[in-house]
Amino acid sequence: MPRTARDVVFVDGVRTPFGKAGPKGIYHETRADDLVIKCIRELLRRNPELPAERIDEVALAATTQIGDQGLTLGRTAGILAGLPTTVPGYSIDRMCAGAMTAVTAVAGGIAFGAYDVAVAGGVEHMGRHPMGEGVDPNPRFVSEKLVDESALFMGMTAENLHDRYPAITKQRVDEYAVRSQEKAAKAYANGKIQQDLVPVSVRNSNPEAGETGWGLATADEPMRPGTTLEQLAGLKTPFRAHGRVTAGNAAGLNDGATASLLAAEDVAVELGLPVRMRLVSYSFVGVEPEVMGIGPVPATEKALAQAGLTIDDIGLFEANEAFAVQVLAFLDHFGIADDDPRVNQYGGAIAFGHPLASSGVRLMTQLARQFEEQPHVRYGLTTMCVGFGMGGTVIWENPHFDGGSK
Amino acid sequence: MTSTAELLKGAAELFPDEVVTSAHVRHLDLPGAGRFALITLDNGLDHTKPTTFGPQSLANLDAAIDQVEAEAAEGTITGIGVTGKPFIFAVGADLKGVELLKRHEDALAIGKGGHEVFKRLSHLAVPTFAYYNGAAMGGGVEVGLHCAYRTVSAALPAFSLPEVFLGLVPGWGGCTLLPNLIGADRAVTVVIENSLNQNRQLKGRQVFELGIADALFEGADFLEQSLAWTAAVLRGEIVVDRPEIDRGTAWDQAVERGRGIADSKVHGAAPAAYRALEIIANAKDGDLQAGFDAEDTALADLIMGGELRSGIYAFNLVQKRAKRPAGAPDKNLARPVTKVGVVGAGLMASQLALLFARRLEVPVVLTDIDQERIDKGVGYVHGEIDKLLGKRRIKQDQANRLKALVTGSLDKAAGFGDADFIIEAVFEEMGVKQQVFAEVEAVAPAHAILATNTSSLSVTEMASKLKNPERVVGFHFFNPVAILPLLEIVRGESTDDASLATAFGVARKLKKTAVLCKDAPAFVVNRILTRFMGEIQNIIDEGTPVEVAEKGIDPLGLPMSPLVLLELVGPAIGLHVSETLNRAFPDRFTVSKNLAAVVKAGKRGFYVYDSGKPELDPEVAALLVQGDSVLTEEQVRARVLDAVAQEIGLMLDEGVVAEAQDIDLCLITGAGWPFHLGGITPYLDREGVSQRVNGKPFLAPGIASVPA
Repeated sequence: MPRTARDVVFVDGVRTPFGKAGPKGIYHETRADDLVIKCIRELLRRNPELPAERIDEVALAATTQIGDQGLTLGRTAGILAGLPTTVPGYSIDRMCAGAMTAVTAVAGGIAFGAYDVAVAGGVEHMGRHPMGEGVDPNPRFVSEKLVDESALFMGMTAENLHDRYPAITKQRVDEYAVRSQEKAAKAYANGKIQQDLVPVSVRNSNPEAGETGWGLATADEPMRPGTTLEQLAGLKTPFRAHGRVTAGNAAGLNDGATASLLAAEDVAVELGLPVRMRLVSYSFVGVEPEVMGIGPVPATEKALAQAGLTIDDIGLFEANEAFAVQVLAFLDHFGIADDDPRVNQYGGAIAFGHPLASSGVRLMTQLARQFEEQPHVRYGLTTMCVGFGMGGTVIWENPHFDGGSK
Repeated sequence: MTSTAELLKGAAELFPDEVVTSAHVRHLDLPGAGRFALITLDNGLDHTKPTTFGPQSLANLDAAIDQVEAEAAEGTITGIGVTGKPFIFAVGADLKGVELLKRHEDALAIGKGGHEVFKRLSHLAVPTFAYYNGAAMGGGVEVGLHCAYRTVSAALPAFSLPEVFLGLVPGWGGCTLLPNLIGADRAVTVVIENSLNQNRQLKGRQVFELGIADALFEGADFLEQSLAWTAAVLRGEIVVDRPEIDRGTAWDQAVERGRGIADSKVHGAAPAAYRALEIIANAKDGDLQAGFDAEDTALADLIMGGELRSGIYAFNLVQKRAKRPAGAPDKNLARPVTKVGVVGAGLMASQLALLFARRLEVPVVLTDIDQERIDKGVGYVHGEIDKLLGKRRIKQDQANRLKALVTGSLDKAAGFGDADFIIEAVFEEMGVKQQVFAEVEAVAPAHAILATNTSSLSVTEMASKLKNPERVVGFHFFNPVAILPLLEIVRGESTDDASLATAFGVARKLKKTAVLCKDAPAFVVNRILTRFMGEIQNIIDEGTPVEVAEKGIDPLGLPMSPLVLLELVGPAIGLHVSETLNRAFPDRFTVSKNLAAVVKAGKRGFYVYDSGKPELDPEVAALLVQGDSVLTEEQVRARVLDAVAQEIGLMLDEGVVAEAQDIDLCLITGAGWPFHLGGITPYLDREGVSQRVNGKPFLAPGIASVPA
């Protein structure tokens, strides 16, 4: 049977405000599944042209798939969100790139013709499910020296990356972090972020965490606008004495969820759904687990090669800021300045937070907004590093491209 | 301190054990609509302990309103919302506190306290919103009615003003505000009709469709959507447009309709519905304060009255005592029941088979003396299952499952060889039943329970000829078995704890209200009803006209008159039970010659309904041979109640049940006797009958009456 791969488009993306993990965080008393359910419902509300029964798949990512992030979340969250029982779902785990993988997996299915429309997203409630909860690493990793012990601790891999690239100094990562906070504050002031946030009702019964009763989360909790270099300089380096990685130049431990709608381009047009980005190529690549932060480099090279593009063709970058060092390693590799205006225009995870498996769709949602604003840009990419030594990159084309310079 | 605060402080001192509800005030940013204050009503316990309002809870809400009132006046907030903890909005006044009240003035303070706090919500400088997120009843509903706007969750399972059901009026604004919000007719539906229909609950969608709520949102993000809607209202993008209320004759007609409903349910015997209707009638002019004052008075009067105390007592019986049957053995002794046998395939047996199959979801085998009867019985059950399917009460798969569960077998050994619970519903004669049990014992496993649905025979005697009499249990259902909740579980002299525990376990799965009874003639309900009816029959036989005898009982507000009940039971069965009891207690139970004549003539009742209402059947009238002693209605009532009080006193002395509470629970759930009587013993106590007949009340003061 002859086949034609179909173009896949990003229709819409939303997310919850991100919270700080822990007993004083806004989502401490909120279930993880409820976070992602509310995102799915918002997608449907925002896109009334889409009959819910036309959704062919719900792929949801979570790193720690137990408790309220377990039970085949893609399926259970679909039912709880009120999707028809005919809509299937499944769960995905690629740690930090969970939601990104959810997007590429359903995109593959759409291109193949298995789906017309799919929901892809992710959730991580790091307060309810701290990193490493319930893990049981095979002792051979250490006994056979398959990986260094530091590979299991993301902060240590970031320090390792500093070792590999001595040119990336503490000064540079702190400066980068300050800029991320500044850009995020500016994006908020300009209303760029709120438009894709799903307000979430939050309950608090702990007087130490603020006013008790029901409240409403409407903004990212981790944001620290006005952060200065001096403040950052004084922070502890918890992963290594006299190290470089601090809570200030890395994303925190966060709670949050994202969801997006992907569709075959012809189906999106038929249904009257918006076409915000067109998928060009994607790639995941493994690297040494001890320096997982370098993952975006080979992933991007491979994705560019697949698309027949070069880095110069990319007009906008949304790079996940798990650690500033990892973004700078990427930029250095491709010869891009630390403060290049094409990179993370709205700021990044250092400011907003990084609820592991949910972040991929945040990058895409923000890139989609930047495409709308900048029709002279033709291509953009979303990229992130992944635990245990991986990187993922998705290259997107701007459907609003007006034939301008890039 | 304001006077409201003082009022509540005084009330709180009377109720030290109140489960206190907090009113948390939390501020949030409503996108595009500024800073908003949200009050969460929360008693700090999970959803199994719903949030209620006692005096301290009201004081907490009052303090929360103090805070938001000041903020509203300062202009630091744009609106105020009220919602509840997960699954619960608020379920109204704490009845435990009501039970403790001894003085009219204290009762008045509770009414006023609620009003004074709630009505502040309609006098604030910014708009107020109630978000009915979960169960809302009574005062919970009312606190929302004082707000300017309401939203409701489509997932809300229960919304009601149950006051009239218990013997109160919705007295924190409900009687006054509701008709002014949705019109008198719909208000009558909620306040009177639903309440008097076993406290029927509204679902979220109905709350919206009745116009009580202005917007309906699904449960998954109810609060988020309510707040988004609130923001749109505050921004002026949504204008709530409520239909105009008909304040003309429709209002009066609605009140009349309510009276009709009340008459048909309580026959004027309980005041609550009528008091509520009076307030609704007067609310027509829209004078809210006058309505609130009338509510206060009605509330205080009713709280000090016997009907309410009986109502709360009855409510607690069916809600609490019914779930923990007095005298039931440790439930861990119960054996599993994985297959049920039914001896007999007649109508009663078939109904039992259907009930067991539906509730236990285990195979049920019917046996009888020939294949034709068996086929008829199984056919009946399958037909009933099809009816349930047709009414969409069950789905096709479930219908298939149930039909497959119910089979018939002529061969008892094949049918009962692996059954754990076998119930007989054969002809009501000792010899027949003993033979049936002997046959069953020969083929059934040694552990199987042998249950009898006898209504009047001795369980002990029935078991006496068996090898294992310890496994015989009386299991007495009430007709119609699918509807009446009562199940009298009878312990024979030999019945052991494991068998009894198994019987109670089965009863729980059948969702029946099980009451443990001694193996005494006719057990509980039939004994009392037979004494009651027998006394009326005696009165008629001695010469009082039928209609006078019937009317004498009217002030009790029973669901139906004695002779209509006799018709429902069947005169032949009534006669049979009276004969049984006459043999047991010839000094108190008579066998009416007139009733025997009616049965002999093949009449199915005393009345004909040709004119649309019951009239004495001339053929029956011709059969009656009456004496010349004519009583007044009052004399009829006194004599009948005396007989009932005497019989219950004797039953308690004999230890037929553990306590008077069990008698009342039986009468409520097995005979439909009303809440305002508390079954019957609270009524006998408050009317002085118990004292007159037995020299003491059945219940200590405070149990179903104003505490001493």
